[in-house]
Amino acid sequence: MVTETKPPAVGIRSACKDYGSFTALRSVSFDISDNEFFTLLGPSGCGKTTLLRMIAGFEGITDGAIFLYGEEIENLPPDRRPVNTVFQNYSLFPHMDVAENVGFGLRMLGWTKGDIAARVKQMIALVKLEDFAHRRPAQLSGGQQQRVALARAMAPRPKVLLLDEPLSALDLKLRQNMREELKALQQETGITFIFVTHDQEEALSMSDRIAVMSAGEVQQIGSPEEIYEFPVNRFVADFIGDTNMLEAEVQQVGEGFVTCQIGDAQLTAVASQAVTQGQKGWLSIRPERLTIASDGLPATVEQTIYLGTDTQILARIEGGLNLRVRAQNDGARLAQGDCIFLNVADGAARFLVE
Amino acid sequence: MAAGIGGRTVSSAFAPIRLWLLLPSWVVIGFFLLIPVLLILVYSFLTKEFRGGVIWDFTLAAYDQFLFDRGLFGDDPPTIQWTYITIFVRSILQAAVATVLCLLIGFPTAWYIATRAARMRSIWLFLVTVPYWVNLLIRTVSMKFLIRENGPLNEFLLALGIIDSPLEIINTDIAVQLGLFYSYLPFMVLPIYAAVERYNFALSEAGADLYAGRWTIMREIVLPVVKPGIIAGCILVFVPSLGAFLAPDLLGGAKNFMIGSLIEEQFKGQAGNWPFGAASSMILLSMVLVVLFFYARGQAREQV
Ligand SMILES: Nc1ncnc2c1ncn2[C@@H]1O[C@H](COP(=O)(O)OP(=O)(O)OP(=O)(O)O)[C@@H](O)[C@H]1O
Ligand SMILES: [Mg+2]
Repeated sequence: MVTETKPPAVGIRSACKDYGSFTALRSVSFDISDNEFFTLLGPSGCGKTTLLRMIAGFEGITDGAIFLYGEEIENLPPDRRPVNTVFQNYSLFPHMDVAENVGFGLRMLGWTKGDIAARVKQMIALVKLEDFAHRRPAQLSGGQQQRVALARAMAPRPKVLLLDEPLSALDLKLRQNMREELKALQQETGITFIFVTHDQEEALSMSDRIAVMSAGEVQQIGSPEEIYEFPVNRFVADFIGDTNMLEAEVQQVGEGFVTCQIGDAQLTAVASQAVTQGQKGWLSIRPERLTIASDGLPATVEQTIYLGTDTQILARIEGGLNLRVRAQNDGARLAQGDCIFLNVADGAARFLVE
Repeated sequence: MAAGIGGRTVSSAFAPIRLWLLLPSWVVIGFFLLIPVLLILVYSFLTKEFRGGVIWDFTLAAYDQFLFDRGLFGDDPPTIQWTYITIFVRSILQAAVATVLCLLIGFPTAWYIATRAARMRSIWLFLVTVPYWVNLLIRTVSMKFLIRENGPLNEFLLALGIIDSPLEIINTDIAVQLGLFYSYLPFMVLPIYAAVERYNFALSEAGADLYAGRWTIMREIVLPVVKPGIIAGCILVFVPSLGAFLAPDLLGGAKNFMIGSLIEEQFKGQAGNWPFGAASSMILLSMVLVVLFFYARGQAREQV
């Protein structure tokens, strides 16, 4: 039986990009579904912008294919691709006012004057810039320019909106506000967003799914929870959030779990893939999954750092390893040299390979 | 607004000594720009001395001579004197055509240079300016040599069989155009180069992203953004072309007289008429000022 399945909004098939002898992307493949808020996350230089520019059409593809709703687009010039970009430094046209900037794409698409005026008005209202419609970009604050860039890119009703670190030039407070606004805007308009950032907090708080990239390769794709709770390798666990990363060797292999030696203690951990006895790897334990309890791993307090809602405790376990623990501030104060017991929550320890 | 330092703007930090810092500029501008212009203005209202020079008697004779014909003995009823007005109009047209020519060739040149790798840019810029280390007179004379009837250009074309008889370029408007174009092309290339080099090509990408084709991007985004450079280039070519006398004299011959030659003659040798030359200069200057005034007003209006 043949069922009509909707093609993904964006399909990347073994996309490769070489700059001369340097490989910026090696065989990247994934699908992004309709209406998804999809984030490319990774450290500086991992190829996020390169991938985004390939989807927009500013960068040629060395090998592979890109599909937009089932249509192959990697050979189309940028002005023939129904995607729009919010550029990192906005790239607003300096000689046009806000309304002209927002209406530019519509004018290029041949909309009538009346339709353009109506759509521009609607978009400017959407990003709350009614009072600034006749200002030039140079007369706007960074946050206002960012909104103009957003309105300009969304005005032509693109099928997919590409955003390259659109919030990175804003200060912290504004960035947090804009996160919520962006997310709301995406849900309101139903446009598929591909969002590039190297800020993991931004990625976790906004995305439906995240692709974690490193050195031109996708390491893991999943929901924020999956990425955070079930990292597939050491890079992902290390890059997303804070974690205790301990060298470990597999002692016993069980059904979906392994036992490792940590210091003087034995720890049971979930393995992210099939492992064999004696295999070397890493144990990742998030600091907030360690609790101070009446029994468990014996440890001594080395240092406490007060962080407002909680305290970070550096605890030394037997065998000389240091673990970071996040404990909620509940009035009890620990001092250096105190003897405590650490409890590892069920499934909190993960055995990872490089 | 300048950024503040300790509650004061950067420029206000210099306020107490600003006058002294600016003094040298004021002296130089005043001495070498303002005073000569004032001198010319005064001379244009004086009476001519027969062996060059002036007599200190106020008169409007020079302006009258420029505009009106009163017959050989100066006692006929005045009619409009077309000779000088024609020279002025022809000069303006020549200068305008030269400016357009320089723009048509200068813009692609500047664009090409500005879009090379940084190292190649300085080499190209140097090459563009190399001929200008040679004196203008010598360059104009060599242009004359190049295009004369049995010069290299004609011989080359004849040898190739493209033409049967030598082209008569020398002593035509075309020769004057060639001379002006060759004299002032860098003044067009350099300011446009500076503007294009500063142009942020991400704006072109934004244009392409918003469905503009390459020519639309050029017309709607690039040209408006680099316009100040284009206008600066046009002014820098138009103004000296209008007053040029070497190219018209050497390449254009007697019938392609331009304002510059007219003025030059009044101050040369003993046959000259200083007040008339001064009056012609003032008329030329006021025309240039009118053009610049409208340009400045247009710019100011756009900056709102
Ligand atoms: N035009 C180019 N020529 C050569 N190498 C390039 C070019 N553009 C990018 N690269 C290289 O490709 C790699 C990926 O670059 P890219 O701009 O995609 O990184 P990114 O993930 O966006 O980083 P960031 O977070 O710093 O913006 C980098 O190592 C960069 O040096
Ligand atoms: Mg980038």
